[in-house]
Amino acid sequence: MTDSKYFTTTKKGEIFELKAELNSDKKEKKKEAVKKVIASMTVGKDVSALFPDVVNCMQTDNLELKKLVYLYLMNYAKSQPDMAIMAVNTFVKDCEDPNPLIRALAVRTMGCIRVDKITEYLCEPLRKCLKDEDPYVRKTAAVCVAKLHDINAQLVEDQGFLDTLKDLISDSNPMVVANAVAALSEIAESHPNSNLLDLNPQSINKLLTALNECTEWGQIFILDCLANYTPRDDRESQSICERVTPRLSHANSAVVLSAVKVLMKFMEMLPKDLDYYGTLLKKLAPPLVTLLSAEPELQYVALRNINLIVQKRPEILKHEMKVFFVKYNDPIYVKLEKLDIMIRLASQANIAQVLAELKEYATEVDVDFVRKAVRAIGRCAIKVEQSAERCVSTLLDLIQTKVNYVVQEAIVVIKDIFRKYPNKYESVIATLCENLDSLDEPEARAAMIWIVGEYAERIDNADELLESFLEGFHDESTQVQLQLLTAIVKLFLKKPTETQELVQQVLSLATQDSDNPDLRDRGYIYWRLLSTDPVAAKEVVLAEKPLISEETDLIEPTLLEELICHIGTLASVYHKPPSAFVEGSRGVMHKRLPARTGSGEGTECPDVGNAAGGSAPEAAPSIIPSQGDLLGDLLNLDLAPPTTTGPTPSTSGMQMGGMDLLGGGLDSLMDESEPLGGDIGGSPAMGAGFGAAPTVMPASLNAPVGGGLGDLFDLGGGVGMPMGAYIPPKTVWLPAMKAKGLEISGTFARRAGVIQMELVLTNKAMSVMTDFAIQFNRNSFGLAPAGPLQVLTPLGPNQTIEVSLPLSTVGPVMKMDPLNNLQVAVKNNIDVFYFSCQYPISMLFVEDGKMERQVFLATWKDIPNDNESQFQIQDCHLNSEAASNKLQGSNIFTIAKRTVEGQDMLYMSIKLSNGIWVLAELKVQAGNPNYTISLKCRAPEVSQCVFQCYEAVLKN
Amino acid sequence: MIGGLFIYNHKGEVLISRVYRDDIGRNAVDAFRVNVIHARQQVRSPVTNIARTSFFHVKRSNIWLAAVTKQNVNAAMVFEFLYKMCDVMASYFGKISEENIKNNFVLIYELLDEILDFGYPQNSETGSLKTFITQQGIKGQTKEEQSQITSQVTGQIGWRREGIKYRRNELFLDVLESVNLLMSPQGQVLSAHVSGRVVMKSYLSGMPECKFGMNDKIIIDKAGKGGVTNEAGKSTSGKQSIAIDDCTFNQCVRLSKFDSERSISFIPPDGEYELMRYRTTKDIILPFRVIPLVREVGRTKLEVKVVIKSNFKPSLLAQKIEVRIPTPLNTSGVQVICMKGKAKYKASENAIVWKIKRMAGMKESQISAEIELLPTNDKKKWARPPISMNFEVPFAPSGLKVRYLKVFESKLNYSDHDVIKWVRYIGRSGIYETRC
Repeated sequence: MTDSKYFTTTKKGEIFELKAELNSDKKEKKKEAVKKVIASMTVGKDVSALFPDVVNCMQTDNLELKKLVYLYLMNYAKSQPDMAIMAVNTFVKDCEDPNPLIRALAVRTMGCIRVDKITEYLCEPLRKCLKDEDPYVRKTAAVCVAKLHDINAQLVEDQGFLDTLKDLISDSNPMVVANAVAALSEIAESHPNSNLLDLNPQSINKLLTALNECTEWGQIFILDCLANYTPRDDRESQSICERVTPRLSHANSAVVLSAVKVLMKFMEMLPKDLDYYGTLLKKLAPPLVTLLSAEPELQYVALRNINLIVQKRPEILKHEMKVFFVKYNDPIYVKLEKLDIMIRLASQANIAQVLAELKEYATEVDVDFVRKAVRAIGRCAIKVEQSAERCVSTLLDLIQTKVNYVVQEAIVVIKDIFRKYPNKYESVIATLCENLDSLDEPEARAAMIWIVGEYAERIDNADELLESFLEGFHDESTQVQLQLLTAIVKLFLKKPTETQELVQQVLSLATQDSDNPDLRDRGYIYWRLLSTDPVAAKEVVLAEKPLISEETDLIEPTLLEELICHIGTLASVYHKPPSAFVEGSRGVMHKRLPARTGSGEGTECPDVGNAAGGSAPEAAPSIIPSQGDLLGDLLNLDLAPPTTTGPTPSTSGMQMGGMDLLGGGLDSLMDESEPLGGDIGGSPAMGAGFGAAPTVMPASLNAPVGGGLGDLFDLGGGVGMPMGAYIPPKTVWLPAMKAKGLEISGTFARRAGVIQMELVLTNKAMSVMTDFAIQFNRNSFGLAPAGPLQVLTPLGPNQTIEVSLPLSTVGPVMKMDPLNNLQVAVKNNIDVFYFSCQYPISMLFVEDGKMERQVFLATWKDIPNDNESQFQIQDCHLNSEAASNKLQGSNIFTIAKRTVEGQDMLYMSIKLSNGIWVLAELKVQAGNPNYTISLKCRAPEVSQCVFQCYEAVLKN
Repeated sequence: MIGGLFIYNHKGEVLISRVYRDDIGRNAVDAFRVNVIHARQQVRSPVTNIARTSFFHVKRSNIWLAAVTKQNVNAAMVFEFLYKMCDVMASYFGKISEENIKNNFVLIYELLDEILDFGYPQNSETGSLKTFITQQGIKGQTKEEQSQITSQVTGQIGWRREGIKYRRNELFLDVLESVNLLMSPQGQVLSAHVSGRVVMKSYLSGMPECKFGMNDKIIIDKAGKGGVTNEAGKSTSGKQSIAIDDCTFNQCVRLSKFDSERSISFIPPDGEYELMRYRTTKDIILPFRVIPLVREVGRTKLEVKVVIKSNFKPSLLAQKIEVRIPTPLNTSGVQVICMKGKAKYKASENAIVWKIKRMAGMKESQISAEIELLPTNDKKKWARPPISMNFEVPFAPSGLKVRYLKVFESKLNYSDHDVIKWVRYIGRSGIYETRC
């Protein structure tokens, strides 16, 4: 029997004929007719007119026929809602059939019929099937709940199906569990606030058990669901990781990638010094490499994901360079991706091999690939300084091939190399100039013009070269026009005598004959600069350019964090957040992300969850954000505070948490009215405007970066501030390594009743830093900046600036551990950085802290003895008088002194900025360098800190 | 999740169209045809986004399979599913061709209904699918049979049904390796790895429990350490063990057991299946070495000399040896002389193809060719694609050895000794290239 004949019936009057056959008495004929109908449906013919006749065939014992009719129903029920009702009876009946396969078939098909009238009839059969004795029916019913929810969410909630579905998570059959998890995950996406998935250690444990037993697909559903969970602490995180790692050996690549996703996310919580952390890192590399021997389409998915993983954790694959070498027969999409990863992994250790490979690739056939290979050589030069010379000579070799697009690409990258290593390779300019005529792409022309302008003094005929471009000025693209304008102005400033005419010509072309406002504006700026103050013009136009960064095409960190949470999915293939390509109204972004952090997940999760979670409230109102909006979204990302008390159940809680550290606060700190977005728009323009820096990072995003929080945690424990003196010596709070070149050190002081944070900002990066702002997380004493961070001039490379920031104590309060811990976020034009420091509590001692004697006595008695703590101060050689004086300087006031048996007893009082009193009794014995101090306070937590202050003040 | 699944012929005509989600309309079918199948250029990505709809496609001969979605699906899963779909179809009706698909379209719809529910992949093991998707209806089954089917489809051992019986319990084990090499013209190994598969055909009764062992370095070292007494034994066995970079297993293998004990234990599916895949990069035996010599004589002539050396035991024979030497596009004529086998210039493939039927180990053979070139104005230099090689050798280039495969079936009365086992090693060339 060949069914292909059904595809060939194209006669006229076909529908009529089919109708007759469908109503035939003979079973075989009926079946044939339905097959024909389905074949017509497949090729796109409208056979909806046959609806009643087809539905009539539904009542049959023949399962094959039944399935065909169901297929037809699913396609056309929506267009014939009234007649679809006819089918309901059969469905209800089939749901009672003794054969579980038929029960399942009925419940599976019913859910696909999207007719409101029918859905009501679905509920009872579905309820039964959810509790069916046969697991096959239950697993089908579980999915049916998701289908029904898609049609009528309210109905599903009202009927209590969600609870039944939740119960199925504890089902004895692993496949039922897997499908229930899949259905719940999908429903949860549209209920960001509901606690649907209710992930807790118990349910996670169930899922992990089911993971070992279910089908490969079920494992994927479960792993994807697990990835939404945030463990409560590193121990839980580790134990989940341990149970997920065996999945890395699964033959199904999707299982492997989903396992990688879970591990990459949970790894964030593991302390880096843990042995297990290193073990886990080592375990991740082999399965990732194995993915590269899968079919090409999967290789592509794997490579796009590896690209993300390499950016997030370069250490995982740093020794695996060779596996990314391009094979001659790889499909082009695999080749291009491999090339990308090769550049990311290039380092001093492997650069020779990489270069040899890239040189091979540059001779291949595919134009895109060759271009990318040439560009990659340039990037290697910029990334690995030792290789720069070899790269340049390789590029020169390539230019000699005279292959047009190779030459153009090479010139574009050589320009970047000049920027990176000034005054080193300019000798090649002559070779470049030889190829001037062959350049026809704007980018290459612009690059060449930049080179000529920049090195005009070394090129004898620079004026002629530039003049030759000027002839077709109006036909050039804007990029080239702008570049030409700047280049000629540079030339004029360098050789004013012979080029006056040329500069006038270009200025008039730009200002008078052009419609392009950018070009005109730039023309006028130059014109005025040159006419008012040529010296100033020289300073502006020929100013030293900031160095370009090593890495290009890096994914913005916040986005990277989010994409890591989406490993294996389309988002990770597109390198875009789901909101960028998923239909707005049912978008994944707004729904899914709150679900990730919203429901009972600890807000203390380090970065991934937070970065994602914070974005949700901001993103919610926009339906389909365009690419531009996307950047906006990223900028608005808030961060939840790293430590709040307990999990926050609702999104609104999250939002509030988010405000603490960086919320809208940063905006208000900025002086401009258009704080964040403006910077973004501004920076590329700047780059193009002066010195044309195409490799300047595309957008210096000001968004708070989740990754920073991780650092914060590291620091939190590590930075022990020596409570040395009244004004402790400055310590480094934020090493340059962790803050893209910004180093911050500082201390705290109390001067004339004002608490001041004294900061030293050092720019150890190559680029200028601007737009500084600062904000504190909630802290024990409500410390908050009393004004903006006054860094008025841009901070140039290797420049240092000292800033004094007055602090108030009226900010929001949250108890920290240790009590005097302060978490700080500092932002500049490059990024946001986080660090934490500890302030000496003595700066909170207020000037009016001297208690009346009577009050002191009464208070001392009044405070229970449990609140008294005793400490020893050792090796202090002051007498009581000197000690008292010294302490007074720090607002620790001596109220009374008693001498008993050669021992001086000093009674002192301290008042903290928040009104807490601390009473002290200091015993000083002449000749004994060890003092004993007793502290009494209604808030005994502060005693330890106060004692530290005593020690610090007395010893310095 | 997957919103729809379409199958097209090479012209872009729809052969199968199954929509699972409401957000996918009929226009998606056309969008893919217009933008991908009919696009004049080479496919630049297996994932295409057209008007906010994402299309995943794979091609089998000239048939296109496309999965469509509007959501942020698990991309790796979609491709794995498409491959699986191809496997299932192939096991039902053989080669995936337009003819076969049209002939079996009812069956395909039935399968699609079963293995994908609302876009979520369900059990797709052919072993169990074939028990109830038969194209013959299932009315005749008894109640026991029905519940057996459902428990198998949803069960922990979805890949094997109960009650299988064979008169002769037999096992075939194939270690299939493909050895990949990229060598520089100077004979430096740029990259080399073996990707291997262990393919099993099992004809065993009941629900046997199997345990597979090989000369995995980690296991052997562990065993060596365990027995402190036999120092000598350790050194000999240690020599023969191999370091496996990574391996993946069929879903029948208990992964947690492998993770904790590195032992491979499983209940096998019936018939043929792939038990594991592995990859090694250390101490690979490269069966052949290719030594190229290309000399440009003026602008219109090339002289090529290629020597191949076999590098394995003289008692073994390599088969199906083929060396492919690329020639420039402007080749006008070629003269070839070879010591062994046959060599031909194939103009349509721009290559000299040199075939040798058999070659023993530790031998050497040579080909030399003179290539006449047409003078061209084309400035672009010839890209010099690498010389590639194909062959088959009767050993595992990774050095992998099967140590044991034990079968236990407690309920039936046959033991490990009664099972007839066959083991075979085949090493093939993967991408085996030498740059010239």
